Parts: sequence; structure tokens; C-alpha cells
Amino acid sequence: MKKTMSKTTKSNFITYGMVIVIYAIVQILTATGSLSSLFKGLLVPLCIYVILAVSLNLTVGILGELSLGHAGFMCIGAFVGSFFSKCMDGTMPDGLRFFLALVLGAAVAAVFGILIGIPVLRLRGDYLAIVTLAFGEIIKNIVNVLFVGRDAAGFHFSLKDTMSLNLAEGGEVIVKGPQGISGTPKDATFTIGVILILFTLIVVLNLINSRDGRAIMAIRDNRIAAESVGINITRYKLMAFSISAGLAGMAGVLYAHNLATLTALPKNFGYNMSITILVFVVLGGIGNIRGSIIAAVILTLLPELLRGLNDYRMLIYAIVLIVMMIVNWSPKAQAIMSRYTPKNLLNKKKSAKEVN
Amino acid sequence: MALLEVKNLGISFGGLRAVDGFHVTIEQGQLYGLIGPNGAGKTTVFNLLTGVYKPDTGSIFLDGHDITGKKTIDINKAGIARTFQNIRLFKELSVLDNVKVGLHNGHHYSAIEGIMRLPRYYKVEKEMNETAMKLLKVFDLDKECDYLASNLPYGKQRKLEIARALATEPKLLLLDEPAAGMNPNETKELMDTIRFVRDQFHMTILLIEHDMKLVSGICEKLTVLNFGQVLTQGDTSTVLNDPQVITAYLGE
Repeated sequence: MKKTMSKTTKSNFITYGMVIVIYAIVQILTATGSLSSLFKGLLVPLCIYVILAVSLNLTVGILGELSLGHAGFMCIGAFVGSFFSKCMDGTMPDGLRFFLALVLGAAVAAVFGILIGIPVLRLRGDYLAIVTLAFGEIIKNIVNVLFVGRDAAGFHFSLKDTMSLNLAEGGEVIVKGPQGISGTPKDATFTIGVILILFTLIVVLNLINSRDGRAIMAIRDNRIAAESVGINITRYKLMAFSISAGLAGMAGVLYAHNLATLTALPKNFGYNMSITILVFVVLGGIGNIRGSIIAAVILTLLPELLRGLNDYRMLIYAIVLIVMMIVNWSPKAQAIMSRYTPKNLLNKKKSAKEVN
Repeated sequence: MALLEVKNLGISFGGLRAVDGFHVTIEQGQLYGLIGPNGAGKTTVFNLLTGVYKPDTGSIFLDGHDITGKKTIDINKAGIARTFQNIRLFKELSVLDNVKVGLHNGHHYSAIEGIMRLPRYYKVEKEMNETAMKLLKVFDLDKECDYLASNLPYGKQRKLEIARALATEPKLLLLDEPAAGMNPNETKELMDTIRFVRDQFHMTILLIEHDMKLVSGICEKLTVLNFGQVLTQGDTSTVLNDPQVITAYLGE
């Protein structure tokens, strides 16, 4: 009994440790000035992708439901957080404002998760995939036609253009439809990103190893049996899904505070983004949190590192995807891999010595 | 007062009257058998009792409370737990965790306490681990507690399912063909386990079984179902020697 507990705890600490070690290495490299500016620019997006991959793994791997609209929740978090920061800039200390933006962005995204989950998660089958797919596109398109301005009288909303906001003199347009929000304070740093990764990991890993996490995984493994031992299916599905959405929203706030201008393009909040995150999860291993981190890091860095190869870079990216897929999921490849784990190699050497 | 009192229970699927006019009375502490040829509607009766299906007619009273047409989780909370004909374990969870899912409603801490690892998390988890290990020990599964449930041999999976059902602290335990796929030795061991569960936990047990050795060995009373209707019921020896029952099983 103690053994299982220490085993999962140990595995969790390896995951936390891995993140901290990578953080330390990057800090040392930055201090010695051996990081290119390209790489430095990638650090915050890396953190964002890792948070997104880990949070999506909660829905896909732990809850066992397919979600194709994770970028939609990120989009909500980004715009809510950015809007809050723009409105509150200068009224409170920067640190507190950014913290509140993170909390608010995550909370609003989680509320949207619940709103979508209530009708959809009661159904069996892949309805969540279809609805989240539509949700992601709808959110992106709504944000693209949303105009919000502020003047002395308060906030003005419009879905047409800046003129129809009817702002009084001295009013300021905050959300400019397709032009998005510009001038969000650039608060996101690599350190904050890593802290948020650790926060995400603590939430997800501790949830998995608790009473509620067991209930969630029981539903994934056998819904009928879970019901027969008195597990409230809808409640736990909603819990997992809204936490996952909230964490994606938090990643969105981080994203918004890393850019001068935040716009909702197909590239950043569209269907492709949702699929990219799903690719991280699938390649890292469904339900494998540490795998998600590694896959997100490798697959984000790869296209950038291969930039020198110009035309061939997407080709190599695709080949790496295929190879990772085979190595991760083919039983034969797994058998070969398990033969060459460090532990087994060590044992082999030992037994060879004993023979001699 | 009887622990379980079922009257005139019935359900139709389309034009098929799967169960019709089913009635049974089970006293506290009884080991009751439900038998009948294939397709007689035995598992459908279990599904009606546990709220998987809603009955068209009839009423179910557990310990004096009406549980007719309630949801599965409410019926489980009211005190009925079951196992399944085709084993339904949480395959990717450990043996210990399977039982701990069964303990879910008996041990509480909030999600926040779980995520923030507040003191109550450690306290309740410790209680759960101890209770679960005690249960596993009863079924001789304590050495396999950190195996994945899907890696257990067949007979032990059956036992784990019973342990998980008992973890919900039911008043009535429903076993759906517990001896299916077991060899004679395993069946004999299972009979001892079932008797032990009844005596140790003061449990009332209703079981579906085809293995007549098991049925005649441990059941005190029997109900025979045929084509969805009660053919006969009464003491085991009387029922098994009833010519009607023999005809139903073997034909004219």
C-alpha cells in the first residue's frame, strides 16, 4: 500500500523536478548570454503550450472525453484578461493587476466550460468533440466583431463598428473588433510562465491522486460500474472539464500579456490551434502528464530549430510526428524501448559481471 | 419486515414483455437465489432493482423505503450494490483504487482540500486506505493491491468486484453470475467467500447463478424465472425438485 503511494508521489516529483531543472538551465544560459533572441522569444509561448497540453490532457486522458475547442477557452481567457488589464492599468500595482487578470481569465473560461458542459456532458458519445469544435469557432468569430469602448458614462458595446459605440468625447475604444486589443501591458515573463506551469501541474496531479480524481477516472474506465457504486457522473465530468477549461483560460491570459496586439486569428485561437494542442496530448501519451510536457516542448521548438532548412522543415516536422507516434504507441516499439531503459541496461551489466 | 419487497414488477422493450409480474420478498440475512434458463429475464430484474431500467409497473421497497424508479446512484446510496455478469472493473486503476472508488460516498473531503493537500486529505485518505486494505484482505487480494485491475486473473477480478460493491456499505448485495467462467475449485472457494461475506458483514445476498452446485450449496431460497415470469419460488430443495422447474430447464 505504501509502495503505490510513494510510487505516484515519486513520479509526480520527477515531473516537478524536470520543470524546475529546465527552468534553471534556461536561466543559466540566459545569464551567460548564450541564448539567441529567437529562442528567448519562444520561452513564454513554450510555457503557454505546456499549460494547454497538460490541461487538455485532463479532459482527454483523465476524463476520457474528446475536446476540439481548447483554443476557444484560451481565447476567452486571453480577451478577458487583456480587457481587465487595459481597464485597470495604473489603478493598482502591476503585480496585483496581472494576478487578478489571471484569476479572472481562468474563472470566466471555467464558467464557459460549465455552460457548455451542462448540456453536452450528460450525453454519451462524442458530442463533446462536436460542440467544442463549434464553440471554438463561434468564440473566435464573436471576438472578431466585438467592439467595446469606455467613456465617462461607462462601457459601450457594439457588434458593428467603432462609430456605433457612440462614445462621448475623451472616450477610449478598448476592443476594436478584428484589430483586437492593443497595448496590453507586457507582464508575461518566463519565470511567471514556469510558476503557472507548476501551478497547473499541482492542480492536475493532485486532483488525479485524490478522491475526486479517482471518481473521474472510474467514469472513464466504466461508466455503468461507476454509477453502480454511487458516483455522480455529470458532477465529476463537469468538474474535470471546467478545471481543464479554466487552466486553458489562464494560459490565454499569459498569452495576451506577451503580445503588443491581441487579435483572434485562425492561427492563434482557431481550429488548427486546438488540434495542435491535441497532437501534443496524443503524442505525449493520453493520460500521461509528463509526456504532454515533453511533447509540447519538442514540437514547439522543432519547427523553429529547423527554420534554417526552409522548405524541408515541415517535412521533417511531419516525419518526427510519425516517428514519435510509432515509438509511443506501437506495442513492438514499446517492447524494444523497454528493453533499453537505463534500469534494464544497468541490470544487464550487473548480471554480465556476475557471470564473469 | 422484509428487507426487500418487490411486487408486480414489469418492463417491456418494444413488443417484448421482458419481465412481467415479478415478485419476491427477501428477509434480512437471507442468501437468495434467482435462477432460470437463458433469456428468462434475470439480469433485467437486476437492472430494474438497481435503476438501470425504469419499471413500467410494480413497486420496489428496500427496508421500508420506496425506491421504485429512482436513479442508480440514489439506489446505491439507499443500500443496494451489485456486481456484473460481464465484469466491469475500473481497468486502468489499481486494485486498491477500485475499492477506494467504492468507498467514495462514505468518506468525504472537498476537491479544494484534495488539490491543496490540506490535513483532512491525509486523514481521510489514510482511513480509506485502511478500510480498503481490510476489505481486500477478506478477499485475499491484499498482496495484489497495487496491480492494475485488468492484470488480475479472472477469479480475482470477480472477487474484486464483490469487494468494491461491499465498499459502498450496502444492505443488499446483488451478484450476477459470480461463478461464471470459474473452474470447480474456484467455485468452491467462491461459495465459502459468499457465505463468509454474509456472516461477517451480516449481508443479505441475492444472486443469479447457473451453477446448480453453487445454488443448491448456499442458497436458502430460490425464485425461478421463465419467459419473464415467476415460475415458482420457495425453499431450495423443494424448488429444485419441482417438475415444472426441471421441464423449464430440460424441456419436455
